[in-house]
Amino acid sequence: MTRPLSDDEIARLRFLEDTRTKRWTTAVRTFIRQRPLGAAGGAIIIGMILVAALADVIAPYDPQASDFAAALQAPGAGHLLGTDSFGRDILSRIIYGARTALLVGFTSSLVGSTIGLIFGVMSAYFGGKIEQVIERLMDILISFPLIVIAIAVVAALGPGTGNVIVAITFPVIPRVARVVRSSALSVVSMPYIESARSVGAGAVRIMFRHIVPNVFAAYLIMLTAFLGQAILLEASLSFLGLGVAEPVPAWGLMLRGAGMQFLERAPWLAISPGIAISLAVFGFNLFGDSLRDALDPRLRTA
Amino acid sequence: MQRYVFRRLLLMIPTLIGVAVLTFVIMRLVPGDVVALRYAGAPVPQEIIDQERRALGLDKPIHEQFIDWMGDLARFDLGTSLWTGQPVVDEVKLRVGLTLELAVLAALLGIALAIPLGVMAAVKQDTWIDYAIRVFSIGGIAMPSFWIGILLILLLLTTFQWSPPLTFTPFLEDPLANLSQLIWPALTVGYRYSAVAMRMTRSAVLEVLREDYVRTARAKGVKETRVIVGHALRNSLLPVVTVISLEFAFLIGGLVVTEQVFNLNGLGRLLVLAVEQRDYTLVQALVVLMAGVFVVVNFLVDMFYVVLDPRIRYS
Repeated sequence: MTRPLSDDEIARLRFLEDTRTKRWTTAVRTFIRQRPLGAAGGAIIIGMILVAALADVIAPYDPQASDFAAALQAPGAGHLLGTDSFGRDILSRIIYGARTALLVGFTSSLVGSTIGLIFGVMSAYFGGKIEQVIERLMDILISFPLIVIAIAVVAALGPGTGNVIVAITFPVIPRVARVVRSSALSVVSMPYIESARSVGAGAVRIMFRHIVPNVFAAYLIMLTAFLGQAILLEASLSFLGLGVAEPVPAWGLMLRGAGMQFLERAPWLAISPGIAISLAVFGFNLFGDSLRDALDPRLRTA
Repeated sequence: MQRYVFRRLLLMIPTLIGVAVLTFVIMRLVPGDVVALRYAGAPVPQEIIDQERRALGLDKPIHEQFIDWMGDLARFDLGTSLWTGQPVVDEVKLRVGLTLELAVLAALLGIALAIPLGVMAAVKQDTWIDYAIRVFSIGGIAMPSFWIGILLILLLLTTFQWSPPLTFTPFLEDPLANLSQLIWPALTVGYRYSAVAMRMTRSAVLEVLREDYVRTARAKGVKETRVIVGHALRNSLLPVVTVISLEFAFLIGGLVVTEQVFNLNGLGRLLVLAVEQRDYTLVQALVVLMAGVFVVVNFLVDMFYVVLDPRIRYS
């Protein structure tokens, strides 16, 4: 076979020759070029991380300092996004709120999805008794309205950011496990699993070397989806008064605080925190969506 | 198959018991009880507190309390609200209609939006139609439903001077007034519900469109609409149905916050209130009730899988 290599094949061979760092940069560059929407999502995420990290530097006011003389000011020169009923600067509270959102979002979705992945793969691979036990456990967990687990945990452990994280981890687990299991079920019946087993590969090896990589796209899309979802859940809980407690700056709490009461008089209270939540979740979802399209080779347009 | 259905029906019982146990445990981890909360800060002699605890059965050992409660459940007696003293059944009866109607309306609106739009986005992949539908669906996922609700109210307030009525009109009393009241919260919840299902429909259809049998169908001259509906959609419904059923849990969450925003006195609002007041019996009853609905839905979805995909055989 001496046919000339196509440009595509040459590019792929070059790619393999590259060092690890260079491969990463190439991959990122390709991602940005081929998935502009995903890159936009990534930019939002990076922006949000920067805002959270540099909050001390860029926030114009102390997010917790109340100034009743300046209460309920409309957006203007002094306070760019206005002030709430305590006279606290809304822009500063939104900037610091990014910290709360990122902390809760990352921790709870990563822990929850990973536990879900393990359960889902084990359930699909072992079948029988183990599957029964895991599925019943997931049934029980999934039958729980999220809000009850959340309130119960928060009430039992006391209010605070850490307990909201635990509360949000629980509902993530069974949902990831379900989706991972349903895609692992089709992997388990593949011939390569049978051949791996016939050459004597153990259960752990088959699960981690053969099943996990093949359901990783499902895991990753669920993880990125739940990143946004966890931020949303935290906001909902805080909005109901069952999440992050005052005076910690959190976006959902800001909407609860004054948004409803002063809707007619001070609509700006209800606008900017909502935009912050939506933008953050939007960024994570956009990124996750494109990452999925880029990662799943079967979906790649030739 | 019949044996499988029967076994699954039987398996619902341990699930429901598991839910009951977990609820009970979590609720009892909470420091303080309804009596302590009721007299918090008030100088009430210990005797009266003890007396009230005895009346409510809170003085018994925890396992006895649990057995009592399970016994009542088995007789479909949901107990008495610790806070109001009313039977839980009455509290639920007052509000279940509203929540159920809202849930059904929201789910129907959501599914009616999701499937056609999801299929359209997949068929027109990477065109402006696809992008528009994806932005619409991602918007639904990104915006918290309580915020959509707040914005809707703000909009209705400024354009029509409409604000959520203080009292609820039942459907049978005045269907039009009832619908005009519930359509906004239903849209709020349904939009989010549709967004997730739409996303899943799109990616599932995309996956199936690349299968050999779709190419075969096209090659043998099957009409494109039939290829899409009969081959692609039908084979991609499995994950879509899974997501739709999983989303019921979020639907309930959406209902809870939306009821709060639109000032609707439904089950979600009752639940939040009950937990705030540590009304053990009310919370436990509501949770088991909602869990029961989920367990039944999960069962129906599993049965539906067999209809959708004949390759799946339960034995």
